[in-house]
Amino acid sequence: MLRDEPTLTPLAGCTDLYVALNFGTLKDTRFLDLWRLDRLRKIELRGGALSIGALATFTDLIRSTLVRKRLPMLAAAARDVGGVQIQNRGTIGGNVANASPAGDTLPVLAAADAVVVLQQAGGIRRVPFDGFYTGYRQTVRRPGELIVGIEIPPVRGRQFFRKVGTRAAQAISKIVMAGILGPATGSGRTARIALGSVAPTVVRVPRTEAALASGASIEAVQRTLMEEIAPIDDLRSTAEYRRRVAANLLARFVCGASRG
Amino acid sequence: MRFTLNGKRARLDVHPMKRLLDVLREDCGFTGTKEGCGEGECGACTILIEGMPVNSCLVPAAHADGARVTTIEGLDGRHPLQRAFVDHGGAQCGICTPGMIMAAVALGRKPTLEQIRVGLAGNLCRCTGYSAIYRSIRRAR
Amino acid sequence: MPSRSVGRSVVRKEGRGKVTGAARYIDDLTFPGLIHARTIRSTIPAGEIVDVAFGFDTSGFTLVDYRDIPGRNIVALIDDDQPCLAERLVRHVAEPILLLAHADREALLAADVRIRYREAVPTYDATTSPIAFKTIAIDKGRIDQGFREADVIVEGEYRTGHQEQLYIEPNGVIAVPEHGGVTVYGSMQCPYYVHRALKVLLDLPDDKVRVVQTETGGGFGGKEEYPSMIAGHAALVAIKAQRPVKLVYDRVEDMLATTKRHPAVIRHRTGVKRDGTLTAIDIDAVIDGGAYATLSAVVLSRGVIHATGPYRCDHIRIRGRATMTNTPPNGAFRGFGAPQTQFAAEVHMDRIAEALGIDPVRIREINALRPGDRTATGQRLGRDCSALAVLRETVKRTDFKRKWRAYARLKASRCLKASRYKEGGSRGIGLSLFFHGAGFTGGGEVKLASKASLALTDRGARILVASTEIGQGTRTMHAQIVADTLGVPYDCVDVNAADTGQVPDSGPTVASRTCMVVGRILQRCAEDMRERLGRLTPREYLKRHGPLVITREYERPTDMAWDDNSYRGDAYGTYGWACDVAEIEVDRETWEVKPIAFTTVHEIGKAIHPVLALGQIEGGSAQGLGYALLEEVVMRDGRMANAQLTNYIIPTTLDTPPIDVVILENPYKHGPFGAKGVGEMPIDGPAPAAINALRNAGFDLREIPATPERVMVSEKQEPRHALHA
Ligand SMILES: Cc1cc2nc3c(=O)[nH]c(=O)nc-3n(C[C@H](O)[C@H](O)[C@H](O)COP(=O)(O)OP(=O)(O)OC[C@H]3O[C@@H](n4cnc5c(N)ncnc54)[C@H](O)[C@@H]3O)c2cc1C
Ligand code: FES
Ligand code: FES
Repeated sequence: MLRDEPTLTPLAGCTDLYVALNFGTLKDTRFLDLWRLDRLRKIELRGGALSIGALATFTDLIRSTLVRKRLPMLAAAARDVGGVQIQNRGTIGGNVANASPAGDTLPVLAAADAVVVLQQAGGIRRVPFDGFYTGYRQTVRRPGELIVGIEIPPVRGRQFFRKVGTRAAQAISKIVMAGILGPATGSGRTARIALGSVAPTVVRVPRTEAALASGASIEAVQRTLMEEIAPIDDLRSTAEYRRRVAANLLARFVCGASRG
Repeated sequence: MRFTLNGKRARLDVHPMKRLLDVLREDCGFTGTKEGCGEGECGACTILIEGMPVNSCLVPAAHADGARVTTIEGLDGRHPLQRAFVDHGGAQCGICTPGMIMAAVALGRKPTLEQIRVGLAGNLCRCTGYSAIYRSIRRAR
Repeated sequence: MPSRSVGRSVVRKEGRGKVTGAARYIDDLTFPGLIHARTIRSTIPAGEIVDVAFGFDTSGFTLVDYRDIPGRNIVALIDDDQPCLAERLVRHVAEPILLLAHADREALLAADVRIRYREAVPTYDATTSPIAFKTIAIDKGRIDQGFREADVIVEGEYRTGHQEQLYIEPNGVIAVPEHGGVTVYGSMQCPYYVHRALKVLLDLPDDKVRVVQTETGGGFGGKEEYPSMIAGHAALVAIKAQRPVKLVYDRVEDMLATTKRHPAVIRHRTGVKRDGTLTAIDIDAVIDGGAYATLSAVVLSRGVIHATGPYRCDHIRIRGRATMTNTPPNGAFRGFGAPQTQFAAEVHMDRIAEALGIDPVRIREINALRPGDRTATGQRLGRDCSALAVLRETVKRTDFKRKWRAYARLKASRCLKASRYKEGGSRGIGLSLFFHGAGFTGGGEVKLASKASLALTDRGARILVASTEIGQGTRTMHAQIVADTLGVPYDCVDVNAADTGQVPDSGPTVASRTCMVVGRILQRCAEDMRERLGRLTPREYLKRHGPLVITREYERPTDMAWDDNSYRGDAYGTYGWACDVAEIEVDRETWEVKPIAFTTVHEIGKAIHPVLALGQIEGGSAQGLGYALLEEVVMRDGRMANAQLTNYIIPTTLDTPPIDVVILENPYKHGPFGAKGVGEMPIDGPAPAAINALRNAGFDLREIPATPERVMVSEKQEPRHALHA
């Protein structure tokens, strides 16, 4: 269907789309409703990877024992999304496709080296999360392509997720961080760290990860992180706040207790 | 579209993208469901679809097709929560109340205080400071 | 004799409608032939309209501009400076210029109007603005002498931001052309304000304008004066189109265009003896009125009268100014100036204590107003002054002194390195003592001359007042007062709709006056009615004598005097008294502030309906915590940049701590059953309590909201601010 009409806008839980429609900021008029595609709602293990259908809602993620066991930080992220009403409707595919730098599942997926599965009439292609976003609200998804699922390879190490929102619930992230702290290698630790709301897209921070792996002091790693991200002042927070909180959260994650 | 609204079958001819909130209020005459923001934030428009609370301002009519939809009118005025909201001050101005009660219905019987706080985090109330709402829900029987 | 209802939590009158969805709010109503209206607003903060062009086919539309106004183009209130529709000059963003109406909402929304402007240089800084809507001076004793008596002088500057009322039901009205006049239905607090504004705007006599309040989804002051504007707009369109017109704002428009709490900058300079006795209080308060005067003068008045906080001092000088800026006009919001000035007073009081090295409770005990003391305006307080009682009860209940010392010690000994990156945060506990005058300020009640009526019915009586039910329980509480006075069961008292065609002008539903002032007038009606009935039942009386309606007017208590020129005298009939304690935890990595416990003790004369009173206190406290920690209106180039619920942050369930409320009753002799006002006071205290708790935890803030970004920066500040005299 999308092949015939690549101008159709896919529509899932509508928690982003209808806000835009209600505000009159969405000019699209033709839609492709995915909501009924139940087969895209499955959460399962496929060849060792955790495979999550694009239409899995935040509630589905929270309730899934697979997710809670394999990727607890994703369940944590889902629990921090909106309120129950949003969790019941919002989907992971919508979160990824919407491409907001504040999308709460995105740092989790980035840190976990997830793969976005895209489908078009012609077939399926898999895009590593790292290469999915190309700029502010820009992705490599072609018109006519759908996100059908997300695949997450096995994750080893301690997981961490922390969202700092505008309030305790029903909040947009001022900064959100997810990380996986792997086993020690020589003097350092392998780590995969991703942040939201500190750049035009969700970002991994390879220099910070390298500094951690090299066994640098936590202060040095924090300095690297503060240089590596490029947050801005906006309606919700300030660049300075985001930088300092990012550094603090990283330290809490690396040095701190088992929270996460 | 066809759906079951408050226990009764309904058939309507509406645009599939029309907000379910407007369908309920304008086409079905059920004005108990309120609009406080139209952006999914306030929860005043909360209804149940298949027993799950959703913001009807963000639901296209098409997504209710074939589904079981419950609004405040579907509680028949006899639900213990309704009585309790009156007795314990859970409703002041009342504009958040239908949405609040629908979200509370979804919490099932005897929720803990923590379950209530989390379950109602998507329903804003500007009048009560929420305490009286917790009391209403906990004392409903 | 039926059992008394006063003091019991009887079933609220309109409760059932609200929980079943049957209650009708303005957007739930429709009329045959109804069309929808839309307001075209300015997009610049200051300048002139050069021309207006319509980028659509206007046939089928009703277009209204200032030339369609039959009467005076003003929103009649105090200064009459605000046009209902801008003619040439524009003074703020979102100023209404034109109205469009159409039967089809889609067509209406799609209509494209282009306005060209000649822009002028806007003013945004209230403290330097050259235009003042009002200035007030209060002097008591001789300030110089007070400072000479001082051992220490403490200075400080405090800032509060805008706050949006954020009633969950946005503003809305429906205007219906009728009998050569107009009837307006709407969400509002003050039907007679709207009535008067419409008469002036439309040049119509009393009986050609009818205003009916519909069920109202919250007001908090936000539906005090603004409905006069929106009702005017709808009425203009209705009269021109000769069709019913609905004008209901969406959330964004409501936030962009309607009034908010006045931002304030308040400077304190205080002289104090080493033992803690205040010798001089010198206060300079500036509130930002926005582009038009609206209610700024009276907001300022209440603000400055409460500016010292509930403390005694022989030498006081207060200077207040409400100035003009090119931002949307600010207006009424629960508390009405007092939250701003008492925020400053109470944060300052903790800093005075700190400068003297005494604890926050002691400084307040020494200086709190007692019966027989005189306030800043020279009002001698009677026995119903309860400042010490609420302070002591709160302190005891919260174990305040022990916790305050323990947290202060922790702060001092906190070794940053050692405690960093561990679970938990920095805790603090803070206190605020405050008061709130009930009813209109000064001679306001006399000028209002409010009336209330009671009509005898078969079963009992019917209340006829213009006081509105906006969630606080007006109907219920009035019915209780009448029932007990008349000696009939509560259920036998009905309440008429607030419809200017049927009820007398009982004044506005504001200023915590509905129970104390209007309730008292109703009580007098009921007393008279009871006398008339004698031994007869209502039914017998009606049979024998025919209908009976009793109307009474406000009577000033003979022991009250006020002089508006010198600002001296009895500013209010009485005051409520309260004390808050907030306990907070600051996350050490993110500076997020979490209120973990909140206790408040309120002395309100008499709780006519305990559940309703509790609801006012809990709700006001939660709003006050939002004001303290979360709620920030971001103004950019005179425009609210965060005019969406997703970006203007009010507390959710998870942001609101459990609120522990104690109600004390120390009756006011002129209040019905001893009642004072309760609606506004709860919002005066939470902000200073929370900020003082932050200080206790090691964060020195002088400005609200205490967002994490501000808390972060405050950690760096030097804790030095006492000047030694
Ligand atoms: C009140 C409120 C609170 C919120 N809180 C949060 C929060 O805390 N954290 C957070 O991250 N987000 C939050 N959101 C945003 C939103 O809920 C999420 O982004 C959600 O995941 C979107 O999913 P959806 O299914 O509703 O997407 P939709 O609204 O249906 O679609 C969003 C976009 O993605 C496209 N799209 C959807 N599915 C697909 C697909 N399978 N393939 C290709 N394109 C697709 C659509 O075309 C559209 O452009 C909130 C939204 C609201 C209204
Ligand atoms: S109106 Fe739907 S959430 Fe506010
Ligand atoms: S009762 Fe008024 S908003 Fe909840």
